[in-house]
Formats: sequence, C-alpha cells, structure tokens
Amino acid sequence: MKVSIGGWAFLALVVASGCSSGDQQTPGEGAAPSVIAVDGSSTVFPITEAVAEEFQKQNHGMRVTVGVSGTGGGFQKFCRGETVISNASRQILAAEIEACKAASVSFIELPVAYDGMAVVVHPSNTWATSMTVVELKRLWEPAAQGKVLRWNQVRATWPAQEIHLFGAGVDSGTFDYFTEVINGKAKSSRGDYTSSEDDNILVQGVGGDQFALGYMGLAYYEENKTRMKLVAVDDGNPNNGQGPILPSIETVRGGTYRPLSRPVFIYVNAAALERPEVNEFVSYYVESASDLIREVGYVPLADVEQELVRQRFAAKTLGTMFDPAMGMQTEQTLEQRLRAPR
Amino acid sequence: MFGDLLLQTMAILIILLALMALGALLVDVFSDGFGRLSWAFLTSFPSRRASDAGIYPALIGTIFVIGLTALVAVPVGIASAIYLEEYGTGGRWSRLIEINIANLAGVPSIIYGLLGLGLFVRTLGFGRSVMAGSGTLALLVLPVVILSTREALRTVPFTIREASYALGATKWQTVWHQVLPVAMPGILTGLIFALSRAIGETAPLITIGALTYVPFAPDGVWSPFTVLPIQIFNWLSRPQAAFAQNASAGIIVLLLVLLGMNAVAITLRDRYRRFRG
Repeated sequence: MKVSIGGWAFLALVVASGCSSGDQQTPGEGAAPSVIAVDGSSTVFPITEAVAEEFQKQNHGMRVTVGVSGTGGGFQKFCRGETVISNASRQILAAEIEACKAASVSFIELPVAYDGMAVVVHPSNTWATSMTVVELKRLWEPAAQGKVLRWNQVRATWPAQEIHLFGAGVDSGTFDYFTEVINGKAKSSRGDYTSSEDDNILVQGVGGDQFALGYMGLAYYEENKTRMKLVAVDDGNPNNGQGPILPSIETVRGGTYRPLSRPVFIYVNAAALERPEVNEFVSYYVESASDLIREVGYVPLADVEQELVRQRFAAKTLGTMFDPAMGMQTEQTLEQRLRAPR
Repeated sequence: MFGDLLLQTMAILIILLALMALGALLVDVFSDGFGRLSWAFLTSFPSRRASDAGIYPALIGTIFVIGLTALVAVPVGIASAIYLEEYGTGGRWSRLIEINIANLAGVPSIIYGLLGLGLFVRTLGFGRSVMAGSGTLALLVLPVVILSTREALRTVPFTIREASYALGATKWQTVWHQVLPVAMPGILTGLIFALSRAIGETAPLITIGALTYVPFAPDGVWSPFTVLPIQIFNWLSRPQAAFAQNASAGIIVLLLVLLGMNAVAITLRDRYRRFRG
C-alpha cells in the first residue's frame, strides 16, 4: 500500500511539474541520457536480460531497457536509431540492411550464443527415435497439408495412427528458421497444425498426446524433460556427424546437430559506441556472457568463437558476415564465418 | 407463473456459471501465485532468476500510466459529453460526431496502438515514454467515457433543469450545480469500466514500444516504462515453471490494483448518492 500511495503522490508531483514545464523539456529517450535501449527478438531476450541485470549490479546508475518487438520489429526501431542494440534470432535481412543504410545507421554484428531447436514426441512414443530432414520435410511442407495425416505416411514401419502436430506460431523467429532449413523456404509450411507463439502451450500439447510431434526451442525441452522425448535428427550429410544426432551442448555448438541449431545475435549501432556506457555494456556482453547464457538455458559459443567475437568487437568490424542473398547457409560454421576475410 | 419460474431458474444458473468461471480462475491463480506474494516481490526488479524477480517497475508503471490516462481522458471525456448532451444542437454535425464516437468505441485496441505509435511516439516526438502510453490509452478509453457520461446525463430528469432555469440559473449553473451531481454516480460507473479496460491492455502498449525489461521505476512522464500485463505475459512465456508462479502472483497484484481503483470509484459514487439522497 505504501508503494502505491507513494506512487500516486509522486504522480501528482510529476504531473504538476510537467504541466508547467512540459513544453521546454525534451521528450523521449533523450531525456535520460544514460538509458541503453535494447529491443528485438524474444528468443534473445532472456540472455540480454541476464547480462543487463548483472551489468547493472556491477555498475550502479546504468540503465538498460529491453523490449520484445520480435527480430523484425527490433530492426525497424534499430534502423531508425530508436535503439542502440537489437536482439536478433536470425541474421539481418537485405531489406533491413537497406533501411539501416538509408538512415545512415552502421552496425556491428556479434553472435552471442547458440539456440537449438528440439523435435519432440510424447514419452510413450517408442517408434520415432530419429528422423531424417527429408522425413521432417515430408511431414511439414505445404504439400503435406491434409494429406500426410498418419505416422506410417512418414515412415512405412511406423503405426497407422493419426499424427498430431504442434509448432511455432507464424510471427516467431523459430517458425522462420524451422521452415527455412526444413522446407527450404522461410514461412512456407503446412497450416493444419496447432501453432502457438508461446512454447509452453506446445509443451502441454505434446506432453498430453501419445501421437503428437512438435518442434520448439531447446530450452523448453530442457525444462520439461519428463513430459517429452527428443527425436534425433539426421541431415544426411556425413561431414558434420554420421547418422541421427540428438541436440546437446556439444552437438549444437560443435555444428553436428544440423540443421536445427542456429547462432543468435546482437546488432550494435556503431555510432552509439561513442557513448561510454554503451561501449562498456557491449564489452561486458562479449566478455562475460557465457555463464549467464548457460544459466538461462542457451548454448554458449565455443571459446575460440567467443575470442573471435571479442576481436570483431574490438576491431569494430562493420556490416554482416552473411551474404543476405543466400538465406541461412547452414553449410558454413560460425567459426569459418568469423574468420572469413572481408 | 411457470414462465416466471423457468426464467428465474435459468437466470440463476447462468449467473452461477459465470461466477464459477471467475471462481475457478481465482482459485487457480491464487493457489499458484499466493506463495510468491511478498513485500520483496512487490519491491524487487525483474531478474533472470524467478525467485529474485519482482514486479516493482511494472506496478509503478501501471499506476503511473493509468493515473495519467485518467487525468487526460476523464476531463476531456466528461466535457465532450456535456457539450454533446447539453449544448449540442442535434444537427447534422452532432449526429456525425455521435456516430463516429460510437464507432470508435468498437475499434480494436491494437489500432489505437498504431495510432499512438504514429502520433505520440513519432510525430509528436514523445518517444516510448509514459506520456505516449497514457496518451494512447486515453484515446482508447475516451469513447467509452463519452458514451457512458452521456447515458448518465440523459437519466437526469428534465424537470430538474426546468426548475433550475425557473429560478433564474444560467445554463452553466444548471449543468454544474444540478445536472452533474445527479449524474455523477452514473459517470463514475462509466469511468470504472473505462479504466478497468485500460489497465488490462497489452497490445497497444507493446505496439508503441513499451518495454519488457525495465530495471527502474519511471521517474517522470518522459521515462521508459513497462506495465503489469506485459510483465505477466513475459513471465508466462518463459520455459521455467517458477516464472509461471511469478506470473500468477503478478495477476493477483493486477487484480488488487484493479479492485483498489474500483473501490475508490465506488466509494465516491456512494457518497454522491447519499449526498443527493
């Protein structure tokens, strides 16, 4: 009660002062110069939140705010200069690079962690222990809609039972990524499945249905191990691990759990690094995020990659390490990309 | 006789059904979240550890935003209603305005979010501030305030106005001293509806760019902010079960703020009723 009364009194004060001097004040973010504004992907949010929390514990008076507009929404704000850091669960797209260029916002692209995607079934499912990417595509591609409805249509030896599908909602980066690497085209998917932006709904769906199959962020599997079972994924390419592979820290980071693992990024406005607090925050991010990343359920970069990211930040390397025309390009590892000469 | 009985039984059953849904929700939320409620929960900042996380910035943000929304929407809304009801000529323009207001009351809230983003955040340069959030919510509830105030003004018997004029009062004196006090209970009921709607809104605030992680309470109308529904939504979407408990506790806090707000309005309303008694 004390808090709310204080809040009301405070409100009255502020409004009273606001009425008299509101016009002279500079509104917006400029009013609080020490605020470090971050926005973007909800997948990356827990990592940035954890880093911001620790950073502020160690540096009193620093103010970091984090929004969850989604990767695309985040870039829109970032390229207008409204934020200084953008969380992204995929690399920046060609159109977004153009938007940034038009507003003369130049950026530094920093991978911060890996996010694995888990293909899961009900614990009592004894048959689906592994699937190939081809089988996943047969199940999830748009042509499967209304046609591939039973388990034995995916693999002939599986039961002739109805298959119940659960997957990410169409506005999420998880959906974009899964459809691109499995179906070959981002956002191209069958539509007759239970979709949710909230992975916890998917956990409930798969955990309560013996004939269910779903995909979701690996962290959601890790927190609900007893309710679901992992399906190993075989990408058919022996160069990055033979046969079906289960997601784990080692296989996600080592690049053998392909193609359902991806790096996640922060994009930093290069001009904003002239503000010492922004520079300090990003340094802290690339130096000491590993433990925090493990704690919030993501896979940290390998040491050598982490070092390359540090160097990339120290050298203030501008632009993206991806060819925006080429899509996700899973055949090259992050380390190779970070080392590639520009 | 039989028809009355049937209708009565049905009505009671339907009310019970509605109350049971509400009851089930409350029981569920309280059993999950009550254990998490504590002074520390109310006064802590958000955290990656569910057990350390608190709701302070969102709580103060909500009180701040709703307070400011009321300050903007209530005077403007009541004044508009008085104009339309007491001074309006009932001509073509009045009717056009009336139809528009009625339509605006039905526009989905996310549209107001886009309007707020374009108008307050970008054109007027308010940024993603408390002011932009309150402005957006004020626009959102304004039609509701106007419509309910007009309804309340219409319930005031015309004889009261005529009596007042007969004693030589001017139009303004009649409205201020006679009509408004009589209509006040109805107006306050409308305000309860309007502000209760505003306090639960998430979509328009997300659209204008209200944040999710704000490690400080807003310290002015230009400060970045977050509100309770956004914090609750964020906690619900986290993989760890402990965050779901936080969300339930957050819902209890939101309900308490809502009840507190309505209690103030209801107390005021009863005082007006007794006063006129």
